[in-house]
Amino acid sequence: MAINSLGDYVHINKDAVENFHGNQVVYIHWDNHNMFTAAAAFPLPPEMPFGALLEEVIPSIFASHPEYEKLKWDKVKWILDDEDFIPNTGVSLKDNGIGHKSLLRFITPELTGVGGSGN
Amino acid sequence: MAVKKKLNMRKRYEVLTRGMGWDTTYQPMDKVFPYDKFEGIKIKDWSGWEDPFRLTVDSYWKYQAEKEKKLYAIIDSFAQNNGHLNVSDGRYVNALKLFIQGVTPLEYGAHRHYAHLGRHFRGEGTRVACQMQSIDELRHCQTQLHTLSHYNKHFNGMHDPFHMFDRVWYLSVPKSYFEDAMTAGPFEFITSISFSFEYVLTNLLFVPFMSGAAYNGDMATVTFGFSAQSDEARHMTLGLEIIKFMVEQHEDNLPIIQGYIDKHFWRAYRVLALIAMMQDYMLPNSPMSWNEAWQIYYVENMGALFNDLSRYGLRMPKYSDVATAEAEHLSHQTWSDFYNFTHAASFHTWMPDDRKMDWLSEKYPNTFDKHYRPRFEQWREMEKAGERHYFKGLPQLCQTCQIPMFFTEVMSDPMKISRRVSMYKGDRYHTCSDGCKDIFENEPEKFIQAWLPVHQIFQGNCGGADLSDVLKYYHLNEGEDNMEYVGSPDHKRWQEWKGEDKQDETATG
Repeated sequence: MAINSLGDYVHINKDAVENFHGNQVVYIHWDNHNMFTAAAAFPLPPEMPFGALLEEVIPSIFASHPEYEKLKWDKVKWILDDEDFIPNTGVSLKDNGIGHKSLLRFITPELTGVGGSGN
Repeated sequence: MAVKKKLNMRKRYEVLTRGMGWDTTYQPMDKVFPYDKFEGIKIKDWSGWEDPFRLTVDSYWKYQAEKEKKLYAIIDSFAQNNGHLNVSDGRYVNALKLFIQGVTPLEYGAHRHYAHLGRHFRGEGTRVACQMQSIDELRHCQTQLHTLSHYNKHFNGMHDPFHMFDRVWYLSVPKSYFEDAMTAGPFEFITSISFSFEYVLTNLLFVPFMSGAAYNGDMATVTFGFSAQSDEARHMTLGLEIIKFMVEQHEDNLPIIQGYIDKHFWRAYRVLALIAMMQDYMLPNSPMSWNEAWQIYYVENMGALFNDLSRYGLRMPKYSDVATAEAEHLSHQTWSDFYNFTHAASFHTWMPDDRKMDWLSEKYPNTFDKHYRPRFEQWREMEKAGERHYFKGLPQLCQTCQIPMFFTEVMSDPMKISRRVSMYKGDRYHTCSDGCKDIFENEPEKFIQAWLPVHQIFQGNCGGADLSDVLKYYHLNEGEDNMEYVGSPDHKRWQEWKGEDKQDETATG
């Protein structure tokens, strides 16, 4: 449905990727660990290797969780923008198909939050 | 013929409202009133507008002046007697911080836009009603500032609410809702604010604050509440009257009005997430839980209202069922989120003490012990270990309501975060619910402009990349206004005033 307006409506995409100084926004969440209440948002260079997400970006938020030390990356199931996803840690975010405002979730079937409560 | 010196009330109303209008001749009426047709609302006869109060400006001044006299006498005595020392606990004042930051600027916004409507509706009866409301809203803004200014002398975080309203991340939630309404046509605005907000949801906003104030020894805020109450009753009646007027004028209006009700119910309801957490967590003594308030004021009262309105063809707002299902989760999820991000908020958060935890278990038997108690116990453990939990980054926000995306699929899987995505001109837009997704997809041109606070920080528009830079941009004093309540300057002052033994105070209050 088109917007109802008196005159021509000016389109302003406030969050166009060009506005982020070479970065793109990526959202990351650890499913069933809702003491982190929402996915974390990061401005990241598209050329960043996926491996850097595991080594630097993800721990910067999630390492304080008591289950984090039990986390094994080779047992993690990934979901990128609602699709199953197998990352290539050696190549960039862009070459992994992670785009501007992509949502990346990781699921740890054996780790289900504090006392199995999803927290 | 004898000339009557005084007109009766009805006659005075006629002369002072309907008598003030005329049809223009130098310019066509459509040029003089350019905004009241483009929405497609058809008004055949503006004189069909019935003002249930028939308030004229002279009696308006008289009533309001009497109320002001009483209010300011109470405010003075409250200040002279150091009334702030009589509140239940220093934590309570955080509810007032949220009020002055998030609600008072809305009063001012309402003042501005009812003034606009008071100029731009073609019918003079409707214009006069909007003008009165505009003055009310300015008065509420002013009396709230005056009432709360006493607290501002003794507690942090209340020093610059209007500046914060325009910049701080969580205040973009009420701000963007109001600005959505203010940038729409006059009929959409009045449906949004007068009906969806002031009629349908107003009790859910005012009861927690005003009964909350009464339960927590805050007589100044209670008095303000009384002073505003008769105005609010008038505003509610205006909301209902305008809905009936619009649907009675032309059958084509019905689907437009229903669409406005659906949209603005959901917009306003999302803002009330802030009230839900205030009610259940910030009030040391809670008169009733959010869930109880929702059942009474929404499910029962609004259910009855929409039964009445069904003869006009109107039905309950879309996604009312989702809001009702969320009532058992809303306050816990919202408080958790502010606990995560309180380092960037101009009020404090804390973990509930044992008494409060038990109250929450009792009030939320289906959800609290299962989903939220384990989370809070974990956080209490972390506090004891000196590692109070903070989210050391920024959250994903909903493109429509601008709230961090923490709501969950309460109807199917309450620990699964509820996320919707829309594609528009090659970009992804994330929303927190079907309600927010529908609103986005109905007007994507409008919502792609959203000033999302997290993305604005990333774009470099909020003073810098570090938290300290952003807090400066917010006019928030780091280490005073923000962070955990326990150990905060507010907390320390409270303990000194009350002579509480610091040794007795545990990290969980």
